[in-house]
Amino acid sequence: MLYVVLILGLVICAIFAVRAKQMLTAVLWLIGTSAVLSVLFYIMGACRLAVIELSVGAGLIAVLFVFAISIASDEPVTLSSLVPRPLAWVFVVLAVGFTAWRVLPTGGSMVPVNGCVESTVLWHERSLDTLIQVFLIFAGVIGMLGLLSGSRKRPPVGLEAEGDEL
Amino acid sequence: MSLSPVTVIWVGVFCLFGIGLYGLLAVRNLIKVIVALQILVKMAMLALVAASYSVDKLALGQSLAVMVMVADTIVAVIGLALAVQVQQRLGTLDIVELSRLRK
Repeated sequence: MLYVVLILGLVICAIFAVRAKQMLTAVLWLIGTSAVLSVLFYIMGACRLAVIELSVGAGLIAVLFVFAISIASDEPVTLSSLVPRPLAWVFVVLAVGFTAWRVLPTGGSMVPVNGCVESTVLWHERSLDTLIQVFLIFAGVIGMLGLLSGSRKRPPVGLEAEGDEL
Repeated sequence: MSLSPVTVIWVGVFCLFGIGLYGLLAVRNLIKVIVALQILVKMAMLALVAASYSVDKLALGQSLAVMVMVADTIVAVIGLALAVQVQQRLGTLDIVELSRLRK
């Protein structure tokens, strides 16, 4: 019953995140999705992942979105759909149906799990992946710094010349 | 009829997949496209954890999900920085208008 309630909350938050007119409202619903997902992870036994999801998904990402929206203005989205909505629904139903058909037979019964030992897996069995992730993080930070540093507005050439004359 | 927790979680995974895919197909605002992408990534993380939980390898699923989360955060950072740049330079976040500008 608890799983049903959590999954319902997750789906409702995700639907409102996609359908909200204001971008800030959409981001708030996305934060709700992250919070419900972290509760779900915790109940399933993935305790550390739940903490990371709550701090990164509902914290860091939300701050980034609010920062971007505050710069890029939060105008209501009243644009028509990118592809016709019936066609989009057809694609969605086909994709979900195909994925369910391919994945569902592998879903077995739920087995109780003892403890969290993902650090062993992360540092000993998948150390190369971890190293690549570190490089990826550095690349992301440098890329963001480069993109944001280019946003300083330069004065037009004519104004620069007038300033020199004065 | 009572549903097992795994079945309920997989139903949630497919619902999130449909919602995220619909958002990618139907939304024209660049920032909302990133929101839809975030929902798809959350679906992937939930699927990883659910699958690993089913076969009693939760540690592997958690480590994979953490990596997906890191990559997703970087994608969000770069995407939002690009959206800010596009808004400041071109004055729009509409994907269709941006495609017209390219031509």
